[in-house]
Amino acid sequence: MPGTAAEQLELQAHPGQGGGFPPSGDSGGGGDDRLSPIPRRAYMTVITLALGAILMFFLALTSSYIVRRGLGTDWKNLALPRILWVNTVVLLASSATLELARKALSRGQREAFRNFWLLTTGLGMVFVGGQLIAWRQLHAAGVFLSTNPSSSFFYVFTAAHGLHVLGGVIALLYVAFRSWQK
Amino acid sequence: MGRQRKRCKGSTSVAFALALFLILFTAITVYLFIAKPWWFPAPITEVGKLIDSQFLRTLVITGIVFILAQIGLAWVVFRYRGTGKRASYSEGNTAMEVIWTLATVVLFVGLGLYAENAWAIVHFTPASAGAMQIEVIGQQFKWNFRYSGPDGKFGKYKTVEKALEQRSRGNMNASPWQLDPADPDGKDDILLPAGQIAVPVNREVELLIRSQDVTHSFFVRELRLKQDAVPGMIIRIHFTATVIGDYELACAELCGANHNTMRTLFRVMSEDDFQKWLKEQAAN
Amino acid sequence: MASHASVAHAHAAPTGFIRKYIFSVDHKVIGIQYFLLALFSVFLGMALSVLMRIHLVWPNIHLPFFGQLTSDQYVALLTMHGTIMVFMVLTTAPQSGFGNYFLPIQIGAADMAFPVINMLSFWTTFVSLVVMVAAFFVEGGAPGGGWTAYPPLSALGKIAGPGQGTGQTLWVIGLAIFCAASLMGALNFITTTVDLRTKGMSLMRMPLTVWSWFITAILGLLAFGVLLAACVLLLLDRVAGTSFFIPGGLVATDTIISQHSGGSPLLWQHLFWFFGHPEVYIAILPGMGVASHVLSTFSRKPIFGYRAMVYALSGIGFLGFCVWGHHMFVSGMSPYSAFAFSIMTMSIGVPSAIKTFNWLGTLWGGQIRFTTAMLFAIGFVSIFVTGGLSGLFLAQPSVDLPLHDTYFVVAHFHLIMGVAAIFGIFSATYFWFPKMFGKHLNEGVGKVHFWLTFAGVYCIFMPMHFLGIAGHERRYADLNSVNYLSGGQAANFHGGLWPVQLFISFAAFVTIAAQLLFLVNFIWGIWGGKRAEMNPWEATTLEWTIPGPPPHDNFGGVVPVIYRGPYEFSVPGEKRDFVPQHLSPEQVEKA
Ligand code: HEA
Ligand code: HEA
Ligand code: CUA
Ligand SMILES: [Cu+2]
Repeated sequence: MPGTAAEQLELQAHPGQGGGFPPSGDSGGGGDDRLSPIPRRAYMTVITLALGAILMFFLALTSSYIVRRGLGTDWKNLALPRILWVNTVVLLASSATLELARKALSRGQREAFRNFWLLTTGLGMVFVGGQLIAWRQLHAAGVFLSTNPSSSFFYVFTAAHGLHVLGGVIALLYVAFRSWQK
Repeated sequence: MGRQRKRCKGSTSVAFALALFLILFTAITVYLFIAKPWWFPAPITEVGKLIDSQFLRTLVITGIVFILAQIGLAWVVFRYRGTGKRASYSEGNTAMEVIWTLATVVLFVGLGLYAENAWAIVHFTPASAGAMQIEVIGQQFKWNFRYSGPDGKFGKYKTVEKALEQRSRGNMNASPWQLDPADPDGKDDILLPAGQIAVPVNREVELLIRSQDVTHSFFVRELRLKQDAVPGMIIRIHFTATVIGDYELACAELCGANHNTMRTLFRVMSEDDFQKWLKEQAAN
Repeated sequence: MASHASVAHAHAAPTGFIRKYIFSVDHKVIGIQYFLLALFSVFLGMALSVLMRIHLVWPNIHLPFFGQLTSDQYVALLTMHGTIMVFMVLTTAPQSGFGNYFLPIQIGAADMAFPVINMLSFWTTFVSLVVMVAAFFVEGGAPGGGWTAYPPLSALGKIAGPGQGTGQTLWVIGLAIFCAASLMGALNFITTTVDLRTKGMSLMRMPLTVWSWFITAILGLLAFGVLLAACVLLLLDRVAGTSFFIPGGLVATDTIISQHSGGSPLLWQHLFWFFGHPEVYIAILPGMGVASHVLSTFSRKPIFGYRAMVYALSGIGFLGFCVWGHHMFVSGMSPYSAFAFSIMTMSIGVPSAIKTFNWLGTLWGGQIRFTTAMLFAIGFVSIFVTGGLSGLFLAQPSVDLPLHDTYFVVAHFHLIMGVAAIFGIFSATYFWFPKMFGKHLNEGVGKVHFWLTFAGVYCIFMPMHFLGIAGHERRYADLNSVNYLSGGQAANFHGGLWPVQLFISFAAFVTIAAQLLFLVNFIWGIWGGKRAEMNPWEATTLEWTIPGPPPHDNFGGVVPVIYRGPYEFSVPGEKRDFVPQHLSPEQVEKA
């Protein structure tokens, strides 16, 4: 009865739209003439589109960055905290574990799926935490949002990206929570 | 069928009213554009004349399109008002579609290409070497000017640090928009804060347009010239005024509540008058 | 499966008042919510324009409640007027309002793909409206940076003017929230169109309304993210001391602004207009869709050149992203790019002309029924042409030199946006009201409303062209101060152009008063209107095959199947002069 692995995956890949589930036609019976529920590919579509929108947002920031850097004489390159490299590795690792989770699920290995899934969630949190540490180190070094255009952009990019990842972590947690319930 | 008949009785009068309205509206519009009760003031540069003729060219072409479209609309609305019969069936006509697409491409893009001429004269060619330079500085809500004086060179302004330091020592008027006394080039500069701008007739003038607070826009109607004054930028434009007279220089970019009061005289003078005027200003 | 079922269940017809009418996830309720939000906003925007028109011609008058308006209040009024009209009216009603209500129905879906996101997007829009309107009530009042909010004016804070303090901050925040809302909406619209079309509803069988909502959503998806980024940067410049848009060495109100340096005011303009130009097409495309739909229905003819219409819509959408620089010809951007932007802009006239030709072609040979909806659609065509052609002047950088930032531009955008797009809304309202409320609007009152509005708006906005040509700058609070000097003698501007302004003001008062007819008709229609049959206009698309107002899941659980294109009117050899999309070939009566 619980859906196939693929169905689960769709559910889990885009849990943000939990409440937005297909209108399954009428409220009562549910005969054969019910409107077909929302096709799976709608979730693919919306995620692709959302990525497009987010891409435009970051493109706008990036082109601002390029324009702004080419202007004025006030641009000073930022000495980036080391921990950013660690964070990057953590982030890359989390994509790997997510992929492993997906593979596990499609092979039906629920236990492995859960572990990788939780690991991904954890790595996501570690990443966000790591970014916060990087911020604190910059603060301690006297580099604030308004110190220099490069630091302004650094904070804007990392904040926007941080929110983006945090959204992902919440989604991951939501799925973990739901798959625990079952 | 009966229901349709009923519906059609009213349709002749509505169709007639619509067609009449569209025709009247078109006629009045065309009349006003020909009679020109309100129009551009006469241009005082050659480029201005070019711009005016490009405007007229555009007006003629869009005017024809306008008349065709509005009268065409009036015609179809009246001619094809419902009569209770069946409409003729057509899903379109590819040949015609292609024809008017091509026609509009040629018309519109051609017009656009034609227009670049006047633009190029103002913006693609720099001012000639002998052009007289005037610095124009926008400020909420007045215009400031600077002439370079006999040496033809503008002196430097104070640095921000210097101005701040002077302020901290009690000189509250210090500003990075004041001349740096250390720069000899500035000795003979003529500053006209909240003043008027005068240019000699028939001589090329290059403006260096700047702003010290927000974005303003240098606009003299008779020059057919408008250029934003953008903080942080020095924007150069050049022109040669050919008609002596007093004109209005007005700010054309929203710069705050009193945007509308930010205007002054733009004077075109004979060479002699201009030199006299400049001396008077220098004396003040 | 339990969870699956429960979410599905969550979408069953809700019963409580709050779930049904306030936090509803039903696309139809949300559509009406958007519509009402726009209706409120448009009357607010009109009220502001009345104050503006009064101040322009009688700057010294003392008004009850307001007293004598000051210059900074005037600028604040025009800023809020423009902002509210563009965002809260023209981005909401045609797209989120009617689109929400009719897009799912016209493609045979039971709801939007993501109803909860849909609800969120409405309430986010609502919050953004509240935040913006709140700007009127804070210290210093509403912002005075224009709807384009060019920095540094909009970035420096209180030092640049009274409204540039808290008011401008609220404006930026409100706009950022609006961006988020519009992005959610766009996601939903596109996904719904791509994935929820019913059986047989191929892309080339979609009504042109659906096409226009679809393309509009794509524009929104690509444009609003950019505005969001711009708003974030502007907000940081205002509150966090960054220098994205503020260059160094500025002195405002005798204060040296030393905490900022190196930023670029032009950067904002590029970001804003990269969004802004697509935004104006976001405002007009749904209107074009409605006009096509209504013109075809009431001339009893298929739309002329359906495919060409679709290509033209897409062409406008695509080109719309390549022309933003035409707002910046005099901004100090490179004159060479001005050249490129100009040519791109001129070529946008081509798909627009195709649409105009095809509207005329649709009427040609028709049997026109002059319903109020049809009158507004015909008015749309007339006004679109008038307003579009003035765009061709502005699109040429040399001709734009004297016209930029004068009333000529005000005339251009009010006709094509402030009126053509609004005519699209009117047409849609008169057309779909019977479906949305099961009642007819009063056609007699509707026609009076049409005539007063059609004549009225031309009287308001046509003379503005001449003001602009004569060199009357826009955003001027007080005409008394405009001394028009020419040839050495002071010819008083007030004397020359004031009568024109006065005429415009009176035309505006009459036209705006006439909108009360619409309001009364609308409110009265909901309760007292004549009952409407299922398909009163003898139209072909799916919404006319279900009762009005439609049931919670639109099609009563049945999947509609589509057999034909959307505009089969007067097909030879068939008995009736319209064939609904859902009729199979066997079901069609032959003559
Ligand atoms: C709905 C909104 C909308 C639409 C659709 C348009 C459409 C167009 N706009 Fe407009 N525009 C605005 C809203 C809109 N605009 C706004 C709000 C501003 C000002 C912003 C501000 O500064 O505050 C502005 C400003 C603006 C400028 C900047 C002016 C300036 O600030 O100096 C320019 C310049 O190129 C321009 C050009 C055009 C062009 C070429 C079109 C074209 O798309 C028009 C195409 C249409 C036609 C060309 C008519 C079609 C019909 C035919 C051709 C019929 C042919 C028939 C026969 C031959 C029988 N617009
Ligand atoms: C949709 C856009 C829209 C609309 C409808 C209007 C409507 C009006 N506008 Fe405005 N206007 C703008 C958009 C719009 N405007 C913008 C963007 C600016 C620029 C701001 C800036 O410079 O920053 C501006 C600026 C502007 C100025 C220029 C100020 C200046 O530069 O100094 C003036 C001056 O007269 C003016 C006047 C009017 C008048 C008299 C109306 C009248 O109200 C016209 C009568 C109105 C109607 C006929 C429409 C009625 C519609 C309905 C009732 C709709 C029903 C809705 C639903 C069913 C949901 N407007
Ligand atoms: Cu300075 Cu407007
Ligand atoms: Cu534009």
